[in-house]
Formats: sequence, structure tokens, C-alpha cells
Amino acid sequence: MEHLELFFKAIFIDNMVFATFLGMCSYLAVSKKVTTAVGLGAAVIFVMAITVPLNWLLDQYILQEGALSWLGEEYAAYDLSFLSFIMFIATIATMVQLVEIIVEKFSPALYNSLGIFLPLIAVNCAILGGSLFMQSREIQSLGLAFNYGVSSGIGWFLAILAIAAIREKIRYSNVPAPLRGLGITFIITGLMAIGFMSFGGMLTGGDEEEAPEQTVQVEVTKEANDLANNEKEIIK
Amino acid sequence: MGLLSKKDLKLITDPLADNNPITIQVLGICSALAITAELKASIVMSVAVLFVMGLGNVVISLMRNIIPSKIRIIVQLIVVATLVIIVDLVLKAFAYELSKTLSVFVGLIITNCIIMGRFEAFALANGPWKSFLDGIGNALGYAVILVIVGFFRELLGSGTLLGIKVLGDPIEKTGVYAYGYENNGFMLLAPMALITVGIIIWVQRSRNEALIEDN
Repeated sequence: MEHLELFFKAIFIDNMVFATFLGMCSYLAVSKKVTTAVGLGAAVIFVMAITVPLNWLLDQYILQEGALSWLGEEYAAYDLSFLSFIMFIATIATMVQLVEIIVEKFSPALYNSLGIFLPLIAVNCAILGGSLFMQSREIQSLGLAFNYGVSSGIGWFLAILAIAAIREKIRYSNVPAPLRGLGITFIITGLMAIGFMSFGGMLTGGDEEEAPEQTVQVEVTKEANDLANNEKEIIK
Repeated sequence: MGLLSKKDLKLITDPLADNNPITIQVLGICSALAITAELKASIVMSVAVLFVMGLGNVVISLMRNIIPSKIRIIVQLIVVATLVIIVDLVLKAFAYELSKTLSVFVGLIITNCIIMGRFEAFALANGPWKSFLDGIGNALGYAVILVIVGFFRELLGSGTLLGIKVLGDPIEKTGVYAYGYENNGFMLLAPMALITVGIIIWVQRSRNEALIEDN
């Protein structure tokens, strides 16, 4: 149940593109054709499924406050979370490179379809964003982290597929000249995002409105409390 | 302007309008949209990007001859990540409330495509001084759009600018609220950021026909 809830939440309610605007750069640049969009979307799902659980392990056993206690009592007080940006991005960059090498070796067909997109993915904000949200939402287990990675990837895939299909059709419409290309894509994405907002009531059964902003706020205050506690301890 | 030659000046002024990183080069959209519900957050974000880009471009340009091209992406990411950690820690220390509103988006400066894009396109091929100017110019171009979007979203969404009530008090019905004006809460939600940027692009391209795409 928990898994299912996270799965739908990551795809529809907290959709990477429509709720948090992550991965917009490649979303706008590679959505002119459905086939290339599918290639990039698949690569994103693939890489996220690998990097989010990996970064979860890193976060749980190295970076978090007290995470080093498995090394012994004297390490329990360390808090390396300020290093998480650099650790996460290094993991992502190396994983992308590794995946590229492995795929090239074992599946040339897949490499030909994903190949050019893989290097692009290292700098796709959706991937790093997935890991950072995984950290700030305090996902509980490795299984859930994997689930979160895959489902956020699927959400991103859906978004790029939808916009690519619309852009293929809109070529035949008479869009005002200054809006052609980028402008109309922005506005369509905005309208799609409004549509996706209606999924907000899906998990609560419509009893209470759950705006994405609010959930972020709650998590942020949770983080803030933790940090404030840390500071108090330091002062003591 | 004895310090800057005409060519150098062009490096700064070009990205402000006709080669704007957001509306023309389509880089760095992710963070531009998510944090613009308030003007203050947009300004802080712009300053953070300005710092990271100016310094990052110089560092990369100084190292451009010793970075092996195969691992250059990782090297670039490490340089940006280090600078971003500095920004993040400074924000947490001096502007804690703001760093909460920006949440993960400070971290996402790392993957901000403007930064990587300028490293690839400019800093790897030019000297440190020029790269510095290019970094500053592009960060300013980014800042212009962020501030415009932040200005309209905060003004129309909550009737304030930088937290100061410009349009009067919505509860006590002063200022324009006395005439029946209501805040447009929709402006604060995510989709309106996209539509606002879309409208900026529309305005910009109808003023400068050369920028119009042929689809």
C-alpha cells in the first residue's frame, strides 16, 4: 500500500516536470519528435532507477547525522550532510558513464537508441532533483527509494511523451509568429501543469485539498527543526 | 569604460536581451520557474547563480588546458558542486528563512544548464578574464528574467513586493482592495510561472522579429 501510494504520488501529484519543473532544459530541447522523446525518457527512468537507491544508501550510511555509527561509537556524532551535493552528483556522473560503457558493451542496439542521450542525462536536473527530494522527504527503505526513482522517472517520461506528441501536431496549426516554437511550448506546459494539479485530491479522496506547495513547506519545516536542534546541541 | 573594451562589453550586454540564456538559449529553466513566487527569493537565487557562474567560469577557464576532455563533465560538476556548497552554507548561516523557501533548488544550481552550457561553450575555449565577463553577463541575463517573473507573480499573487504591501491590505480593505480588487492566488501556483515566461518570450520576440523560430 505504501509502495502504491508513493508510486502514484511520484507520477501524478509530484510530477517532476509539472509540479517541480525539474529537467525542463532537456524536456524543452528534446521534445520535437516523439521517437527521440521516448529514447530520452527511457534513459531517464533507467538512470533514476539506479542512482536514487544508490544515493539512498550513501545518505543512510555515510552522509546523515549519525550515519557513520556502524564504524564505531566515536563516529556517531559526525554529520556529513553538507557533502551531499558533491557526493550525489559524483555518483550520478560516474553511474551515467558506467551505464554508458556497460550498455555499449552488452547491448549495441539499446546503446544506439539511448547512446546520445546518456551524457545529457548527467546534467539533467530531474536526476539530481530525484536524489535531493529522496533525501529531504526522508524516504524510509531501500525498496521505497527504488520505487521513488522508477516512478519519478515514469512521471518525467509521461510528461516528455505528452509534450512531444502535442508539438508534432501543433506544427500544422497557425500559431502567432512570435510564440512559435519555445513560447507556445511554455504555455502548453503551463496548461498541462494546471491539468495535473487536479490529481492533487487523488490520495486524500478529495476530502481535503493537498497543494504540492504545502507538502514541501511541511518537509522544509521538518528539516528546519532538525537543523535548529543541531545548532542547539552545538551551542550546548 | 577604460577597463572594458567594446568586445568585452558585448560579452556582458548580449546575454541581457538578444542572446538571453532563458528565453533564447533555453538554458536553466528548471530553477528559474520553481522559486519565482516571491521577488526576494528570485533576487537571492540570481545572486547565488551570479557568484557560482562568475567564479566557476574563471576556474574552468584556468584549468582548460589540463582537463582531459573525456572526464571534463565530471570535473565541471565537481567545481560547480563545491561552489554551490559554499553558497548553501552561507545561505543557511545568514539567511535561514530564505534557504528554507529555496529548499533543494540551491542544490539544483549544480545541474543548472546555464552553468554547464557556458562552461562547455565558452570557458573551455577562452581566457579567464573573458570567461569571467561571459559568466557575469549570462548570470545577469538569467537574473533579469527571474526578477521580471518574480515581480509579477508576487505583485499579482499576494499584492506585495519584497514582503512590503504595495497594493494595500487585503484584510482591512485599504488601497486598491477598497475598490474590490482581489489577489490572484493562481499566480502563486507553479503553472503560472510557465505561462509568465511564455508571455515574456512572446513580448520579446514580437519586438525583435529576427528571433522568431520557423517552428
